Amino acid sequence: MDKLLTFTVVGVATAAIYAVIASGLVLTYTTTGVFNFAHGAAGMLGAFCYWQLRFDWGWPTPVALLVVLGILGPAFGVLLERVIMRGLAEASETVRLVVSISLLIGLIGLAQIIWAPGISRPMRTFFQAAAPVRLGPASITVHQIITIAVAVAVALGLRAVLYGLRLGVAMRATVDDRSLARLVGVRPERVAMAAWALGTCLAALGGILIAPGISLDAATLSLLIVNAYAAAIFGRLRSLPMTFVGALVLGLTDAYLTGYLPQNQYLPGLRLASPVILLFLVLLALPNPRLRGRLRITPEVPRPTAAGAVTFAALVVLSGVIAATTMTEPDLLTYARVFPVGIIALSLVPLTGYAGQISLCQLSFAGIGAVTVAHLGSDGNPAALLWAAAITAAVGALIALPALRLSGIYLALATAAFAVALDRWIFTLPRFSVFGLFDVALFGQGTLSVAPLEVAGVGFGGARARMVLMAGAFALAALVVVAVRRSRFGRQLLAMKDSEAACATLGMNLLGTKVAVFALSAAMAGVGGALLGMERGSIAPGTFELVAGLPIFALAVVGGVGTIGGALFAGLSLHGLLPLLAALLPGVTGYLVLLPGLAGIGLGRNPAGAVTDIRDGFAPLVRSPRVLGPTVALVVGWWVLRLAGVLTNWPFALLVLATPVGAVVAAQLAERPRAHDEALAWEWRGLLRRWSESDLEELDRALGPLGAGVGGGPA
Amino acid sequence: MTFAPGRAPVAGRGAPGAPAGPPPLLELRRVRAAYGAIQVLFGVDLTVPAGTVVALLGPNGAGKTTTLRVAAGLLSPTAGEVRVAGRAVQGVHPEDLARAGLCLIPEGRGVFPNLTVREHLRMMTYTGRSLADIEAVTYERFPRLADRRRQLAGTLSGGEQQMLAMARGLATDPALLLLDELSMGLAPIIVEELYGIVAAIARDGMAILVVEQFARTVLGVADHAAIMVHGRIAHAGPPAGLADELSAADLGGTSP
Ligand SMILES: Nc1ncnc2c1ncn2[C@@H]1O[C@H](COP(=O)(O)OP(=O)(O)O)[C@@H](O)[C@H]1O
Ligand SMILES: [Mg+2]
Repeated sequence: MDKLLTFTVVGVATAAIYAVIASGLVLTYTTTGVFNFAHGAAGMLGAFCYWQLRFDWGWPTPVALLVVLGILGPAFGVLLERVIMRGLAEASETVRLVVSISLLIGLIGLAQIIWAPGISRPMRTFFQAAAPVRLGPASITVHQIITIAVAVAVALGLRAVLYGLRLGVAMRATVDDRSLARLVGVRPERVAMAAWALGTCLAALGGILIAPGISLDAATLSLLIVNAYAAAIFGRLRSLPMTFVGALVLGLTDAYLTGYLPQNQYLPGLRLASPVILLFLVLLALPNPRLRGRLRITPEVPRPTAAGAVTFAALVVLSGVIAATTMTEPDLLTYARVFPVGIIALSLVPLTGYAGQISLCQLSFAGIGAVTVAHLGSDGNPAALLWAAAITAAVGALIALPALRLSGIYLALATAAFAVALDRWIFTLPRFSVFGLFDVALFGQGTLSVAPLEVAGVGFGGARARMVLMAGAFALAALVVVAVRRSRFGRQLLAMKDSEAACATLGMNLLGTKVAVFALSAAMAGVGGALLGMERGSIAPGTFELVAGLPIFALAVVGGVGTIGGALFAGLSLHGLLPLLAALLPGVTGYLVLLPGLAGIGLGRNPAGAVTDIRDGFAPLVRSPRVLGPTVALVVGWWVLRLAGVLTNWPFALLVLATPVGAVVAAQLAERPRAHDEALAWEWRGLLRRWSESDLEELDRALGPLGAGVGGGPA
Repeated sequence: MTFAPGRAPVAGRGAPGAPAGPPPLLELRRVRAAYGAIQVLFGVDLTVPAGTVVALLGPNGAGKTTTLRVAAGLLSPTAGEVRVAGRAVQGVHPEDLARAGLCLIPEGRGVFPNLTVREHLRMMTYTGRSLADIEAVTYERFPRLADRRRQLAGTLSGGEQQMLAMARGLATDPALLLLDELSMGLAPIIVEELYGIVAAIARDGMAILVVEQFARTVLGVADHAAIMVHGRIAHAGPPAGLADELSAADLGGTSP
């Protein structure tokens, strides 16, 4: 009985913190429509700032609290709204998600730059010296009392704001109908700014309350918020009272699991994973939130030609061969990861790009694939790759079942929960046996080594051979994706993205299609992970964490999630550009962690952003064999010169990079029409040659009756 | 920004284009508008002089709602000019137009389902009127809403919802009122009641633009009418002479 009371007290205190954080999340989500994945990261920053003021600089507690909660928190919220979130209301759900995920990545990076990780930063609880208050047989600390009181105050305060203040009523009105709110005179930016300021403040408050109980670590704190997400989902991201109930369920579950779970080596992880497991269950159990009945016009997904795909694949292999024969061994080890990570990103193309299903657990599939080859392919047997594909496909099919009921942000959360459950629990399990039938070994609570592939006596142990293997595998995976896009199955996926209801009406088998695309995508990610494991040589659970997978997702979307080029872009940015910049500019290495985050945040500013422009710019190169042929020939020429020792590494690298760029410029010039062309397109007239009377007459004739209407107007 | 009250004396009614007097409350000149690549309005000219009721009629999909959205600032025209009380309002936000005295009651039920009746009245104070005034006017005109002040708008009947939406047009005392298909989905008796109110406030001199698909409901209150077909004003003139035009214009829908 004492024990029960003791753990109830602990549970309620934990619940209070979750409730504070989750209510901030609900507030911003409902009023602005942006589900802020970085909400926890904002709380993390709040906790760090408080630590800095209160414990590092020794400010008095009230002053530090006032500065963090009264100034920094709201200011940061307003900044977020002004700089990042404004305008996202019109963006697609995927873009919104990518922006907030990128913000999460960026904020973790920022915190690690300011507060170097690995240093102990102790934080005392409030009134740590005060004696706990006796509560019958149990006791409660003053910090716990304060925490619970804060949660109650937040609940009452939010109610007062939302129902008592005109601004609060305006927030709720905006949730109901944004354009009607504007018609009655509500300024939506004002409302959004207030919501972000308040939401960020609540996140910071939660961060300050929870940080003393756990370590002050950027990633841990940011992800702890996944627990708060679970509470918010209890309220279906809308109802604050239900959110508080959810927080209570989560806090108590956590406390009772701590108190009553049998002590063995399998279950401690279960407690850590319990919030995400609950999240998963709640997502499934709650009636699926009705989707807003809005017709979406989804951007067209390009349909590559077979010849184009084969050319692309050949070029990828060629570049792999060139890299393998010119780079140093350490460089090869660094840059070869472009391809396996590219394959993991490629697995998002059918799933997210074609079928519109968001998954944040592709890297977890990759982890499962890597573990599979580590165990089954210790002799380099290529059959292990098939096993990796088969096992991850089966797991992926399993994930497809909840996906049947979930979409958008809810599916993203469910897959994130799956990833975290693997991170915190499954991947940390020791060897266990399933119903005594067969043994399952995962990471064995440590690192695993992965043997290189050996096909028909040819080993891929050397870095050079492996580079070619990886490039070849990426090329193959790209061909598979193109084949999917060009098939009937691919058309079904695109149709499903446009309207599941319409597909069901037409008699399409949604279950089968979803299971198939999840299985396919998971298998690709699994093989990518297996290859990544081979490339690395050894793997640890941390390699495949949720946080590590987020940049891949964000960059694949930035690069164009419906495209193979987008996947290559993700691989190239993470394992090509970043190491290259680090090598070129050693002084700023620490800041490079911000780049993926910034790229994703930039997407929000300009959804069809720079990458699209770059891709369109390169289009003539791929389109016209007249340009492509000489370009490839030139690159091969430089390569021969390099192999012959005529060129050294740097000039060679520059030439190889400059050649396609030059070719693109040349191609664009070649496509430019001639000035004396009779049927010169209208937009060039007056630019390439002087505007003449005959042009005017021709224009009049072309416009016909419509042209007359411009002057006269309808009678 | 506020509009000049612009209340023309009743004597000035029905005199569009009269040389003297205040500028028209709403003036669209060759307005074109599009949703993305889909063009919907092809050069619309429309004037609502101070103190008049103008009816804008036309079949489903003609672009009437779009015209109102352009006038209220929710949608930017791709070409042409919108003037409110004589001023060009290019780029002015809808919330600022609303605060300045332009009131659009959108089509369907223009209410917030999760706000109570009283909270709706509270939201009307953005126009600068006091809550007490707004409550007085609303409950006087619609006593039924007074009994339901604590009820969520989403749980009101269709007619009551439309009354609540209409209340904004009355209680905030706008200079220009735009009504989009008040009659949609309502019983004829309620429609009659609502248009009775429109006629009453029109007598007080408010400039009103009413949009309807079916003419009969509004021609009685309008001073001036225009027929819109395929994003263009096909005909404009006094309502009396319009009955023939109406049967000539393809009104698409089924007759009431
Ligand atoms: N949000 C929108 N996106 C694309 N097209 C639209 C949108 N809203 C209306 N339309 C199109 O614009 C045309 C005019 O619509 P609307 O102004 O609502 O007509 P009305 O109110 O006269 O029935 C219709 O053909 C309709 O399909
Ligand atoms: Mg309409």
